Amino acid sequence: MKTTLAWLQEHLETDASLDVIGERLTMLGHELENVENRAAGLESFTVASVVSAEQHPNADRLRVCIVDNGRDPVQVVCGAPNARAGMKGVFAPAGTVIPRTGAVLKETVIRGVASRGMLCSAYELGLGEDHEGIIELAKDAPVGAPYASVIGRADTVLDVKVTPNRADCLAVRGIARDLAAAGLGRLKPLDAAPIPGRFHTPIGVHIEDYSACPLFLGRHIRGLHNGPSPAWLQNRLESIGLRPLSALVDITNFLTFDLNRPLHVFDAGRISGGLTVRLARSDEKLLALNGQEYALDPEITVIADAAGVQSLAGVIGGEATGCSETTTEVFIEAALFDPIRTAASGRRLSIASDARYRFERGLDPAFVETGLEIATRLMLELCGGEASQVVTAGAVPDWRRSYVLRAGRPASLGGLHVEHEESAAILAALGFGVETLAGGNLSVEPPSWRGDIVGEADLVEEVLRVKGYDHIPAVPLEREGVLSPPALTPMQRRAELVRRTLAGRGLNEAVTFSFVSAREADLFGGAKSELRLVNPISADLDTMRPSLLPGLIAAVRRNSDRGFADTALFELGPLYRDDTRGGQALVAAGVRAGHMGPKHWRAPAREVDLYDLKADALAAIAAMGGPAENVQVTADAPSWFHPGRAGGLRLGPRVLGAFGEIHPAVLDALGAGPPIAGFEVFLDAVPEPRAGRPKPPLRLSVFQPLERDFAFVVDRELPAESLLRAARSVDRKLVSEIRLFDVYEGTGLPEGKKSLAITVALQPQDRTLTDAEIEGFSKRLIAQVEKATGGRLRGDRAERPN
Amino acid sequence: MTDFDPSCDDILREIAGAPSPDALENVRIKVLGRRGSLTVAMRALGGLEPEERRRAGAALNAAKERITAALGEAAARLGRAALEERLRRERADVTLPVPVCGAGRIHPISQTIDEIVAIFGEMGFAVVEGPHIEEDFYNFTALNIPPEHPARQEHDTFYLPTRPDGSRLVLRTHTSPVQIRTMLAQRPPIRIIVPGRTFRCDHDATHSPMFHQVEGLVIDRTTHMGHLKGCLIEFLRAFFALDDLPVRFRPSYFPFTEPSAEVDIGCSRRHGELRIGAGSDWLEILGSGMVHPQVLKNCGIDPSEFQGFAFGMGIERVAMLKYGIPDVRAFYDSDLRWLRYYGFLALDVPSLVRGPLPGGAAA
Repeated sequence: MKTTLAWLQEHLETDASLDVIGERLTMLGHELENVENRAAGLESFTVASVVSAEQHPNADRLRVCIVDNGRDPVQVVCGAPNARAGMKGVFAPAGTVIPRTGAVLKETVIRGVASRGMLCSAYELGLGEDHEGIIELAKDAPVGAPYASVIGRADTVLDVKVTPNRADCLAVRGIARDLAAAGLGRLKPLDAAPIPGRFHTPIGVHIEDYSACPLFLGRHIRGLHNGPSPAWLQNRLESIGLRPLSALVDITNFLTFDLNRPLHVFDAGRISGGLTVRLARSDEKLLALNGQEYALDPEITVIADAAGVQSLAGVIGGEATGCSETTTEVFIEAALFDPIRTAASGRRLSIASDARYRFERGLDPAFVETGLEIATRLMLELCGGEASQVVTAGAVPDWRRSYVLRAGRPASLGGLHVEHEESAAILAALGFGVETLAGGNLSVEPPSWRGDIVGEADLVEEVLRVKGYDHIPAVPLEREGVLSPPALTPMQRRAELVRRTLAGRGLNEAVTFSFVSAREADLFGGAKSELRLVNPISADLDTMRPSLLPGLIAAVRRNSDRGFADTALFELGPLYRDDTRGGQALVAAGVRAGHMGPKHWRAPAREVDLYDLKADALAAIAAMGGPAENVQVTADAPSWFHPGRAGGLRLGPRVLGAFGEIHPAVLDALGAGPPIAGFEVFLDAVPEPRAGRPKPPLRLSVFQPLERDFAFVVDRELPAESLLRAARSVDRKLVSEIRLFDVYEGTGLPEGKKSLAITVALQPQDRTLTDAEIEGFSKRLIAQVEKATGGRLRGDRAERPN
Repeated sequence: MTDFDPSCDDILREIAGAPSPDALENVRIKVLGRRGSLTVAMRALGGLEPEERRRAGAALNAAKERITAALGEAAARLGRAALEERLRRERADVTLPVPVCGAGRIHPISQTIDEIVAIFGEMGFAVVEGPHIEEDFYNFTALNIPPEHPARQEHDTFYLPTRPDGSRLVLRTHTSPVQIRTMLAQRPPIRIIVPGRTFRCDHDATHSPMFHQVEGLVIDRTTHMGHLKGCLIEFLRAFFALDDLPVRFRPSYFPFTEPSAEVDIGCSRRHGELRIGAGSDWLEILGSGMVHPQVLKNCGIDPSEFQGFAFGMGIERVAMLKYGIPDVRAFYDSDLRWLRYYGFLALDVPSLVRGPLPGGAAA
């Protein structure tokens, strides 16, 4: 909402400075967003009279003018055809910055004649497109006066952010009223003396649906002339960025922005019969004033005459009955349209208008008739003619209601003690009816323009904002105990541990969008149709993601495109299985591509492989306190993984996640080139660590541990896990750890075979083992492994091949 | 008498000049070994007259002591030299670069959420989460935003397809629906914060279709606007690590609070540089207010008995202000250079107990 300081002062008698007004507006809840000096850039331009204009001795099209700017006469060489002695124009001395070009005007010599300034065109001032001739001012323009003040631009525009509840402040008067209530001046009375009707209009008004329009007033004015509006009105509208059109249109715009009273003016000569407010029929159409044709339906409130729909109520008028320069009689509509219906009409037809903006926020029901009287007077003043009686349909809806403001409520809700007398004074100044009850409670009746007030809390806000929120003392929140309870649930805490563990492992945390393209979703198991957005910002982001991997793979691709091929990223975030609350699951997912690190003098760079991601996934599970060592790795990873180079992670039937290389076909479809490996861990599926019971006491053996290495030649297809499982089962009490330290295929081994070498750590508990006992254990282990795997021992002490 | 010279000058010279432990050992054997010259001379003492034996014996013992001492000294000298030689040999180029520790970084959004949780956690707030796909009731209606309310248009809501029953789900436009869910599920006192993803159908230089908010809610019998001010001032000063950060509350409007307040923090703008802290300007940072009585009623809480405040804040916005991050879109781009530059160390878990949170930066 824009106004100028001068316009505000039309309603508010105040000597407050601009700074004070701005600060007060903001602290009243009307944030001052911007202040613009309309004269900015025009300070150096003054009114000057051309004393003489002689032909330039050396140029046919130039004149040498002597200009009087109120100080010394100045010689100016001017090329404008209209420069002549006796005229008044706009003078800029040397040194002035020309608004249009930003160039500094210099003293110069033009074909041998000195020129010490310029007579300006509207174009050079940035005020128009006319650069044929220089600006000609009225004969009585005072020489030496600032040009900005002559054209009414010596003013400041205030841009105020009006919150959606304060429809009453969508006009200059509303803002003035709030400032006056806040003690910043006196609200000037409004001259709204009724204009007596001179004739009975033949145009009747009728309301079919009172829920769409409770009140409709009309007035006929005939014998008028619709020319351009006077300078003061044009200047008002221009100052807030509106283009003046004609007196009639300018008056309706003025009423909208000055008094928050939107009106519509029909060309009365083009109305057939009376006007009726009703809902549109589905076959009706309207060519609106914006030149567009709209197909209507029964959700839309219209104003129709005998010929059909002529206007969309509260939104926009129709072309057929619109006013033009030839209009000589008008019918003014001043109505109350239902906010919800108006909003629905506007939204259905995608029409944003100043009228709709106001009607849908709710207008002052008691001001309709006053607004009509003021508009009538302005039209008679500016356009002439005579006015009819006011014709009426419906009635002013009952807006009177009252609420009790308890004496202690500003303190108990607002945290600021305010004496009830002061509360009463503040509310009264804002236009509320106030009556003091027993105990200092107030019975408060909001004014007609404050439809937003619906209870005691609103009254507390009114008192506080006028008092100033600054006065509310800040009080610390009371603590419930000396120590605060934990802020995080166990699950939130575990998720946080996963996040920081994965980052510690070299993965950078990414945050990617919850939506992906339908095509990406399809590559990762697909998304139900219920998860497709109706209004996505683009087709690339129209489906709630079934996996975090497509977003992360896209991130790898972007980094690779920028020249960073070695990428390690993870994300902790949601996937969406369906549209229920349970369908949203928290997932830790990661991807790695390229090398595990840059090449270095101590070690060559190693390419990322699926085992790096397996380690990441297990680390995530371990970080949550999950049983990482018991996780079963199965060969049934989801379809977006490489079928031979990926695994599922399970605990019995429970799927904890998956890891592996992404399927080459999926990468291809995503436009991601080189191999990428990834993992997903479903945090909700990882069982919580058993809580509560303390661990049993630690028993440390006093006997030396020992290690023995074994290598077995097994079938190439044999999963290592089956060998490890067999080895573990030999003596669970004695074996403290088994590590697989070598995998070998190739020279020295039969075709289709591989060698797996393990270290078995033994920890005797009650005595030192004898050689015979160790020998016995080894034999049992070899027998067990050979039986379970079909393999053969390769050597007692495993020798590393090569 | 043998040919052993008790003055033993030659031997001592030989010991002092021994170039290696082996040469020294050879000297020792030659003198003190089983057939060494001194051993032999000692053995020969037995054949002497008592008087002569005493005199010669004393001389030999003195010579033995000198030789033994000289041997020890020479051994130590050679040992030192050997150690020095070894140390010289083992010298490494300590200027060789070591491998860079390859730890990843925590995203600024996560770190900022953890900082916010650390502060509000100290004030007794619990972290609560809610679904991103939300019912219209929780996202709008229960928050006093009926279907035709102008505020709905400003929310730029993402919609999911209309369901068979005619209803349609939305992506939550703010974290406020979790207020409703919490109040419906839990009796007061309530003290929660709700960090999380939010969605609006808006995409330009300063808007992302997905962003993060944190919501706060306090409901009990006595909490009033003074507490709201106290709580948020304390939070903002701790978050920006500025004890004297100016904080301003000014009236505003939200459908679900009454009275409502927009909260600004002090800043200065000089040469296009924004600096948080005491200055001539203000920066809008969050919205807040006393929970609207109608919202309490919608959740089955009697507004004549209970009251409290709520607030909401954009996480990217405060992260950008605190850490001087210029472009909101970069948060979701996963550019490794950006993540490493603006990201945080994995072990840097925000905690007020361990000292103030890192200070604000210029934007």
